[in-house]
Amino acid sequence: MSTIKLGVPSKGRLMEKTFDWFAARGVTLKRTGSEREYAGAVEGAEAVELVLLSAGEIPRELAAGRIHLGVTGSDLVRDKLADWEGLVTDLAPLGFGHADLIIAVPTCWADVDTLEDLDAAAHAFRAAHGFRLRIATKYHRLVREFLTREGVADYQLVDSQGATEGTVKNLTAEAIADITSSGETLRANHLKILSDGLIHQSQATLFASKAADWAGLEGPRAALMAQLGL
Amino acid sequence: MASKSAARARGAQLLEAFRAAGAAEIQPDILQPAGTLLDLYGEDIRARAYVTADPIRGEQMLRPDFTVPVVQEHMANGAEPARYCYLGEVFRKQDHRGAQRVSEYNQVGYEVFDRTSPEAADAEVFALIAAQLAHLPLTATIGDIGILSAVIEGLDTLPARKSALARHIWRPQRFHKLLLRYSGQVPVPAARAALLAGARAEAPWIGLRDSAEMEARIARLKADAAAPALPAETVAALEALLDLRCPAAEAPERLRAIALAGLAPAIARLEARLAALVARGIDTGALIFDASHGRTTMEYYDGFVFTFTAADPDLPPVASGGRYDALTRVLGQGREIPAVGGVIRPGLLADLEGVA
Repeated sequence: MSTIKLGVPSKGRLMEKTFDWFAARGVTLKRTGSEREYAGAVEGAEAVELVLLSAGEIPRELAAGRIHLGVTGSDLVRDKLADWEGLVTDLAPLGFGHADLIIAVPTCWADVDTLEDLDAAAHAFRAAHGFRLRIATKYHRLVREFLTREGVADYQLVDSQGATEGTVKNLTAEAIADITSSGETLRANHLKILSDGLIHQSQATLFASKAADWAGLEGPRAALMAQLGL
Repeated sequence: MASKSAARARGAQLLEAFRAAGAAEIQPDILQPAGTLLDLYGEDIRARAYVTADPIRGEQMLRPDFTVPVVQEHMANGAEPARYCYLGEVFRKQDHRGAQRVSEYNQVGYEVFDRTSPEAADAEVFALIAAQLAHLPLTATIGDIGILSAVIEGLDTLPARKSALARHIWRPQRFHKLLLRYSGQVPVPAARAALLAGARAEAPWIGLRDSAEMEARIARLKADAAAPALPAETVAALEALLDLRCPAAEAPERLRAIALAGLAPAIARLEARLAALVARGIDTGALIFDASHGRTTMEYYDGFVFTFTAADPDLPPVASGGRYDALTRVLGQGREIPAVGGVIRPGLLADLEGVA
């Protein structure tokens, strides 16, 4: 018998909070086997199978239809999937995993507070240094789309997969675009958020795949949605 | 959709027509050095072009269009005047799905490098392309980035404001916001007001941008704050100009009715171009003039621009082109030559002919 494959982040707070969210609605998700084995079980819902995955891979698995449902950050879906709305359905924000994708610049730049300032500073920077002002990020699509929409020029994105807040001090970037929740890491690295530099407010979200094979699963899907109050 | 071989065959016929019009065929490499294109177009091109690494030549791009390599080849080897034609594939990443959002397709193009009469060259390119498309019910739209540049240059305001507006002709959103800022129609952000009043951040200096660069910008902001606001009437006239869309034959008259300084020479050039089009048998009453045409495409067009589009709004233009004098200056290392050209997508053309 076919089952609804539910993809959930395989570790950490995101996994625990996801388990809590489902448990509060009468669906128990749990890991089985040893501490290190990525296997899981579902109780309280018919024909649902738990698939534990890296949060970063869940968008791709949803797009490919290899899982039917998946929990991941809304930022990851938007950044990793071109035309994400055509590939997945946003079923419900889960109320945790909040993080803002923002643009931040050195706090010492007293003249830069808005995107208008960033654009003007980037133009002068390029003239002075011979290359475009570098913005370090791992969210290339979201950042580029945002800056294009806002009409910022003379910048370039440089890839940074971690410790992005350190890139300015290390002289590998002039500004960053990264996720932040409390802003403490930014402050500790002498960075400030542009007042209109909020690109996306992310949170953990339950998505349904449009590409997955739902044939024969309409009943279990409706039952699960009813159980979850969706 | 037309097969690749059908597109190629249709392209070969067009190439023959361009050759018959006096163009020499050139075949630029598919692999282009990424640095030149990235320097010209920045992140816009990185999002749209396929970048790949070569162990000896460094970062390369699959040719996203022919204009840059054609200009480079002309600037390196070309005698004047010159006419070039080419046929080949271009490669563009697509960020949205859709049957017509193909990431590799053929372009067949015709480019003119000629100092004698820019308006005559504009008309030559447009009429040659129009002749290849005359059997299809397409809409031809023309514009002129030179008119926008002239209006900005003619504004009675700080040179820094003019250069910021000129820089953002191709980013309508930022352009609009700058106009609101310069005319005082939006409040000064609190942080800028504080900055102008002398506020500075209590933070260690980090990063490559140095404090002298910041002080230079603060000086510019102070000069800007001290300068008179652009009159609201000027902004309204400018917005009216940007919104102008009418039969091309009426455009000079409609532009003259807009009260903006510095427009007369640009209108004269538009009239000369329209006359040259009429001389080549183009009905300028059936052409649409759109003052904002070309503002959302890549920023190398700086004068005449045109597109031919089918009725289906999901289809990209069947043909497009324009004048790119400034690009020859950037790539010419001190030399420049007026240049204009256009391309047809033979695959789309074959599709439309199949339907027609």
